[in-house]
Amino acid sequence: MAKKRIVTTTINGKETQFLCQPRQTLLEILRDDLALTGSKEGCSNGNCGACTVLCNGKAVNSCLILAVEAEGAEIETIEGVAPVDGLDSLQDAFLQQAALQCGICTPGFIMSAKALLQEQPDPSEEDIRFNLAGNLCRCTGYDKIVRAVQDAAAARQQV
Amino acid sequence: MASTSYKVIGTRPIRHDGTDKVTGRAQFGADIQLSGMLFGAILRSPHAHARIKSIDISQAESYPGVHAVVTGTDLPEQQQKVAHLGEGDVNLYHLSQNVLARQKVLYKGHAVAAVAADDIHIAQEATQLINVEYEVLPPVLDVLEAMQDEAPVLNDDVRTDSMAGEESKDPTNVAKHYFYEKGNIEKGFEAAHVVIEREYRTSTVHQGYIEPHNATALWNQDGQITIWTSTQGSFMVRQQMADLLKLPESRIKVVPMEIGGGFGGKISVYLQPVAALLSKKSGRPVKLVMDRASVFEATGPTPGSYIRVKMGADREGKLTAAEAYVAFEAGGFPGSPVVCACMCIFACYDVPHGRINGYDVCVNKPRSNAYRAPGSTHAAFAAESVVDEICERLEMDPVEFRLKNAAQEGTRRVDGVQFARIGMKETVEAIRDSEHWKSSLEGKYRGRGIASGFWFNVGLKSSVTAMLAADGTVSLLEGSTDIGGTRASLSMQLAETLGIAAEDIKPAVVDTDSVGYNDVTGGSRVTFSTGIAVHNAGLEMRRQLIERVANIWEVKVEDVQYEDGKVRGPGGKEFTFRELAAKIHATGEPITVKGTSGSENQAGAFGTHCVDVEVDPETGKVDVLRYTIAQDCGTAIHPAYVEGQMQGGAAQGIGWALNEEYVYDEHGAMRNATFLDYRIPTCCDLPMMDTIIVEVPDPQHPFGVRGVGEVPIAPPPAALVAAIYQAVGVRMRELPASPPRLLHQILQR
Repeated sequence: MAKKRIVTTTINGKETQFLCQPRQTLLEILRDDLALTGSKEGCSNGNCGACTVLCNGKAVNSCLILAVEAEGAEIETIEGVAPVDGLDSLQDAFLQQAALQCGICTPGFIMSAKALLQEQPDPSEEDIRFNLAGNLCRCTGYDKIVRAVQDAAAARQQV
Repeated sequence: MASTSYKVIGTRPIRHDGTDKVTGRAQFGADIQLSGMLFGAILRSPHAHARIKSIDISQAESYPGVHAVVTGTDLPEQQQKVAHLGEGDVNLYHLSQNVLARQKVLYKGHAVAAVAADDIHIAQEATQLINVEYEVLPPVLDVLEAMQDEAPVLNDDVRTDSMAGEESKDPTNVAKHYFYEKGNIEKGFEAAHVVIEREYRTSTVHQGYIEPHNATALWNQDGQITIWTSTQGSFMVRQQMADLLKLPESRIKVVPMEIGGGFGGKISVYLQPVAALLSKKSGRPVKLVMDRASVFEATGPTPGSYIRVKMGADREGKLTAAEAYVAFEAGGFPGSPVVCACMCIFACYDVPHGRINGYDVCVNKPRSNAYRAPGSTHAAFAAESVVDEICERLEMDPVEFRLKNAAQEGTRRVDGVQFARIGMKETVEAIRDSEHWKSSLEGKYRGRGIASGFWFNVGLKSSVTAMLAADGTVSLLEGSTDIGGTRASLSMQLAETLGIAAEDIKPAVVDTDSVGYNDVTGGSRVTFSTGIAVHNAGLEMRRQLIERVANIWEVKVEDVQYEDGKVRGPGGKEFTFRELAAKIHATGEPITVKGTSGSENQAGAFGTHCVDVEVDPETGKVDVLRYTIAQDCGTAIHPAYVEGQMQGGAAQGIGWALNEEYVYDEHGAMRNATFLDYRIPTCCDLPMMDTIIVEVPDPQHPFGVRGVGEVPIAPPPAALVAAIYQAVGVRMRELPASPPRLLHQILQR
């Protein structure tokens, strides 16, 4: 077994060091070592998007990033989205729209949607569908998810 | 409609578990961490059909970091015995063989051995050190081939079990033969002006839940076993564990974690017994989580099928006769839902003369499991496609045809069941009156189709406990695992019964030691049946509150009224629910009540879908332009989650119709066991999904609930192929109507 490495990152705004094997993915470290289990493992090969986190502001599949690659990166996970005293407008919109059923894909969708709204504050329905196509949901048929992102975009415009 | 007098039912409160699910705090099966926990991995068969000659685990056992290795021989031997799991039966001998293979492997991915180690990587490496010697046998993958006399036989113990009780003499792949008949089929076809007979094929498809199967087990030093797992039925897991391990149920506690989708595929056990065996051997808790390829190759799926349907109608478009031959690929072991397909196939219509033959056939594919209205989608695809052709031949509007022939209260199905009050007709009328149906569809290569579908919806048993708190809130303990918002739909029913706000109910899904027995979360039964249990609990709480307040006021119980969350007595005496709750501890014993339910069946539910498509004749790709779902759900408790069920079910049906299939090579290996290659719909593939909630209350439920989850998957394939026909003039009789298949048909035209 290769020697473990020390990796220094910022996770949800806090400088974090962890020890990892070179073969471990960022998702594995987040879930098993850092107890950040909000990022979900659905496929381990980048197809389902349930493990989506923001890495330097971009939505990425954390199952496709090796933990050692996170050196120096700013990582944001679902656990870092809500402010201390409430919910982010995206989280709120998902609840208001009933945009989740089982909820396993929800963290990934919220992270992808967050990255989208940072880039495009006023996305069209097509923009939303295109940008969320890397996240799979088997429960909802996506209708309410797309509407939730539309609502969140509108709410952010109002602030 | 009926819901106008309700205060809570029909509103859209935020679900009680919502915040946990949008913040990442909800604990799903794979999220659990226990002190000293080991990680497990499973060794799976690389062959679709082989005899296991030997298994050598010695190298794996001595690999550094490995704590336990188990194989099939660590499970107790089972006799042929059928266990009833609420919504379906399972043969324990086969279930045990499916959990860990013994003499034979029957599909690629069949579990053979398992390892527990310090981490997942060591466990995976160690599985590669297990030496299994196989004698590879020829596989059979197709249902009709498997029915031939010369086909390789999978199970030595399987004989054809027919409803007449007779069995075949020799081992066979045909495990069951179902037969239903009504009237005189020959006479029925003689009376027909038009008769259409067609053959249909559907591919093996998977439930496709995003959360892989998981199980964490602790076989404690005192002999007590705890299982943390995501399941549709924690009590079913307990029962299967007890049967498979030959232990009393009291030794096993199942803690249901949040479940990331199931759709029927998370009822049967896979990993749970293996995790328990590994824990017993290692003395430590062990966590097992499947990878995605294993989910595809070893769980689910719903069977591939061959269906032949013949239907006849008179000049006026009245059905005179219907006949079906339905053969399902059960997978490695018997137990496909072909019987449900037989009962559903003509259920939408009043068929005067009918005959149905159904066959459950073993092939070298994963043991099939329930998938949302199991069997009904296959059936609707075939029967509704024939109906579409009859309409074409008679030059009759498909809505008119359905209204003329719709099953209604009193209609007897071919399998003999007589319908109670149902809403088939109402769903067709809802489509007829919809903006979608009334709109015109213009443009080249565009077409519109409609289709209907049916599911029984079951009742079965549920238990809940409700506890009144002094601040006027009520805790609700449930055992029905919440797969899509049932904490909300149950809390709302309790709130309605008590006359308080949905937010004042605090629901919790608890373990099998902490609440009474509950059947599976499936069959569209939880909001119905657990809803009845919740209502009963609410009524009992009201009774105790009335008794208490009568004591406080020193009046007769008969002089107290409970209304709108208030108690009223003589002389204008009144307490709100909250005021009364505050007095409970000072005036007597705590108020903790139970509610149970146990009705066999619901009245059944129907849906009718309308879809517009555009086909690219160059590529065979189908774009879904517009989609409308009308469904009778009895009463919608939380309309947003009812709509969500309808939309999600339709999306699965669309995936089944247009893309999803297991692709096998000649050795019986699935070649597309990833979400990249097994392509479920993404949000780019679907439009907004319009919903029309039809409410024909089911009189068996206090609020008229009918159950909603399953019906919406059934109509889409038939509706889509009807629309494709209108668009490009080819009738797709094989699913999926994926670009290569459709293009092939277009080019052949």
